[in-house]
Amino acid sequence: MQTAASPRVRPRLGTDDWILRGTMLAVAALLFVGILLPLYALLSKSFQGPDGSFVGLANYANYFSNPALVYSIQNSVTVTTVATVITLVLAFFYAYGLTRTCIPCKSLFKGIALVPILMPSLLPAISLVYFFGNQGIAKELLFGHSIYGPIGIVMGEAYYVFPHVMTILLIAMSMSDARLYEAATSLGASRTRIFFTVTLPGIRYGLVSAFFVAFTLIITDFGVPKVIGGQYNVLATDVYKQVVGRHDFEMGAVVSMVLLVPAVIAFFADRIVQRRQTAALTARSVPYQPQPSRGRDLFYLIYCSLIGAMILAVLAMAAYASLVRLWPYNLSFTTYHYQFDLRDGGGWAAYRNSIEMASWTALFGTVIIFVGAYLVEKAKGFREGRAVLQFLAMVPMAVPGLVLGLAYVFFFNSPANPLNFLYHTMTILVICTVTHFYTVAHLTGVTALKQMDPEFEAVSASLKVPVYKTFWRVTVPVCVPAILDVSMYLFVNAMTTVSAVVFLYSPDTALASVAVLNMDDAGEIASAAAMGMMIVLTSAGVRLLHAILTRGIARRTQAWRKR
Amino acid sequence: MANDTAKQAEGKRAYLEIRDVVKKFGEFTALKDISLDIFEGEFVCFLGPSGCGKTTLLRAIAGLDIQTSGRIVQAGRDISALPPSERDFGIVFQSYALFPNLTVRRNVAYGLENRRRPKAEVEARVKELLALVGLPDQGDKYPAQLSGGQQQRVALARALATSPGLLLLDEPLSALDAKVRMHLRHEVRQLQNKLGVTTIMVTHDQEEALTMADRIVVMNHGVIEQVGTPEEIYGHPASPFVADFVGTMNFIEAVAAGEGRIRLDGVELTARGAEGIAAGTPVTLCVRPEDVVARGVSGSTPNSFDAEVQELEFLGSFFRAYLRAAGVRGTEISADFSVNLVRDLGIREGMTARLALPTERILVFAGRAGAARAA
Repeated sequence: MQTAASPRVRPRLGTDDWILRGTMLAVAALLFVGILLPLYALLSKSFQGPDGSFVGLANYANYFSNPALVYSIQNSVTVTTVATVITLVLAFFYAYGLTRTCIPCKSLFKGIALVPILMPSLLPAISLVYFFGNQGIAKELLFGHSIYGPIGIVMGEAYYVFPHVMTILLIAMSMSDARLYEAATSLGASRTRIFFTVTLPGIRYGLVSAFFVAFTLIITDFGVPKVIGGQYNVLATDVYKQVVGRHDFEMGAVVSMVLLVPAVIAFFADRIVQRRQTAALTARSVPYQPQPSRGRDLFYLIYCSLIGAMILAVLAMAAYASLVRLWPYNLSFTTYHYQFDLRDGGGWAAYRNSIEMASWTALFGTVIIFVGAYLVEKAKGFREGRAVLQFLAMVPMAVPGLVLGLAYVFFFNSPANPLNFLYHTMTILVICTVTHFYTVAHLTGVTALKQMDPEFEAVSASLKVPVYKTFWRVTVPVCVPAILDVSMYLFVNAMTTVSAVVFLYSPDTALASVAVLNMDDAGEIASAAAMGMMIVLTSAGVRLLHAILTRGIARRTQAWRKR
Repeated sequence: MANDTAKQAEGKRAYLEIRDVVKKFGEFTALKDISLDIFEGEFVCFLGPSGCGKTTLLRAIAGLDIQTSGRIVQAGRDISALPPSERDFGIVFQSYALFPNLTVRRNVAYGLENRRRPKAEVEARVKELLALVGLPDQGDKYPAQLSGGQQQRVALARALATSPGLLLLDEPLSALDAKVRMHLRHEVRQLQNKLGVTTIMVTHDQEEALTMADRIVVMNHGVIEQVGTPEEIYGHPASPFVADFVGTMNFIEAVAAGEGRIRLDGVELTARGAEGIAAGTPVTLCVRPEDVVARGVSGSTPNSFDAEVQELEFLGSFFRAYLRAAGVRGTEISADFSVNLVRDLGIREGMTARLALPTERILVFAGRAGAARAA
């Protein structure tokens, strides 16, 4: 045997390798500009004085010596914790009813639970004002307490995050193994014992994950406290007030950094938990099939109907309020509030802008994100590049929309930035929104790509077919359902988002969701509700279109998808 | 076939030369200085347990995971550093890797369409290939509508479509059930004979390697243990590992007695291969169960001894007998007896039989082989 080390083989890069690396570099550069540089601009802003000089921790010292601002941290944590726990409990039993009982109309209940996704978080808050506000129809239920403040925030946030929490728990519960229940029953365990020893441990990762997702969404949400928070200050509204109200950008940057902390903690905690969960899953689990049980099924039917009715009631109230002439004095129907051009906030142009922005976001976002996911998952070799891209793709998840929006202001509005020309354009809104929702879409793409045979690329290389041809002829057609999911996700979120774009729109690029905010601010609540309803209808329409397309494609490709 | 190969080995230059190939994954060395020649038209099997490096070597040859150091030359061209797309091979994977959204016809045509050949020519070639693999009228189906065996044939047709100089098969039959596997073994081999394409197949199934290969390369822990024809590998394993991994083998601890003799449990045996070993050295004696002789053995037969039949296991076409030598240490040995033999000699559990180990059938390895054996 030779011991002398022979020279290392330096693999020669083929055309495919250059194409993959070039594309990877392009996507990484986009993300670098889209997320890392703005975050850096934000970070440095928090260490600068109004004149741009470095002031060290002076801004932070100012912040923490201002009791009003520090009090917001406590407020934020309090309402977020309460709202998270309430949502977890409500969603837990809802998901339990859908997976572990024999209630009818399960898919209907599932659909209803997803309704809040279609609205900007401003809308449920507006609707709550109609229920419990000073002229609300059910304000007696609050026994003299005001809806403007922590009560309203908790209710609004619970509504806003319910679909997210419910979906996570639903997936966790539908994954548990029937054999464990059979074993527990045959060992003579009581129902309560089974619940605590089998059911709960089985979904504990789902619960933890749902907790963190809800906590992050709520503490960074801006729509609900903006509409219904009253004098009760939270971190998200502080950022807005510092920047839009007081033009104190440095303080806005500091509050943003503070807001980033819980989001980042939640992000890492969730990553750790998810990694554990994959390790805990077994491949040969048998899905649990619930057996009918009269009392239990009736209880859950009533429970789910009640929750479902409340979800629909909030939507219905918004619709109703947008259609009556003058709440609560003149309840005759009118489309007056839909004449947006008569009001401030951008008018119908704002709605058209939103459609345009959401379309561009869905189009470019889907292409960039899916190509990025492909590179992370399938590009052979160049491990470092893939790791960097994967990291960049995960960062947006940890950055709240408000923080991202403000970071964009600092980065793109700087006169020294050659990209300054993008500021106040439709382009920057699209870039910001794609970045904002990048991670979830990326993970959807990666999951779909993981299910493809890892050797497709090897086979096509052996047949001397360029990588882009196989991508186009095989990868894309096979992943069409996931691609549609991603584009729908991006479109709906682009329609409903307020937080990031609220700092970035210009008079020419006002958006529907921002118009809801501004009309509500101006006291035009009915019009705000009307614009909110336009967003809901549009999102619902897109979801419907998505469902039809998905079904059509499923039928057309049945021949090769079914085993 | 084996003779042809031997002839080729004498004169011709190898079609594929593998020289000092090392592959490291971080700290782990998956291939340790592999050198190997493969000749034109040969069917070679890389055989070994999982993790032995056989797939790593195949992927290095394909350029899918290029070796850390070492040279690979195909048909006189140094391909060591080339990307897969610039090498000349067709490949079939265990998972088939058929494109699910394309029909069988489009799958087979996939590599042809890219070469700007006239459409009619492509269609004709596809038709020819589908006929070749026995699926002449399945062209319009999708892969998911075919059975596993049929899918593997399509994968084979696709790999052969561009007439590559080298066919690489990565455990192509492992995902199939036993009957289909047996059938496809035969077909793949026939196809290879007909086309004469140099073929390398990776497998962990020794039976597959023995029935299909012109030459077998037995690998373990990133090194080549032995290269030889199936007969050589089975009949003259070069190491205890090969002896154990291929077929069934008795491993018996004994001591060399000098002059080609071995002392085993109070009996002295002659064995070829024991000549060079000094008396008193511990050795391991290997003999296959089917080589243990019971018919016509008497007290005077050389290399014979008494053994008690401890257990008789019926395995359909033969019995496996678990025997214990009558000596002091009671060495255990298993033997395969035909049904006839058991009937004729009246062999039953508990009886003592006279056994012989033919001199030319005994293999001797110096030292205790325990650690070197296959798991």
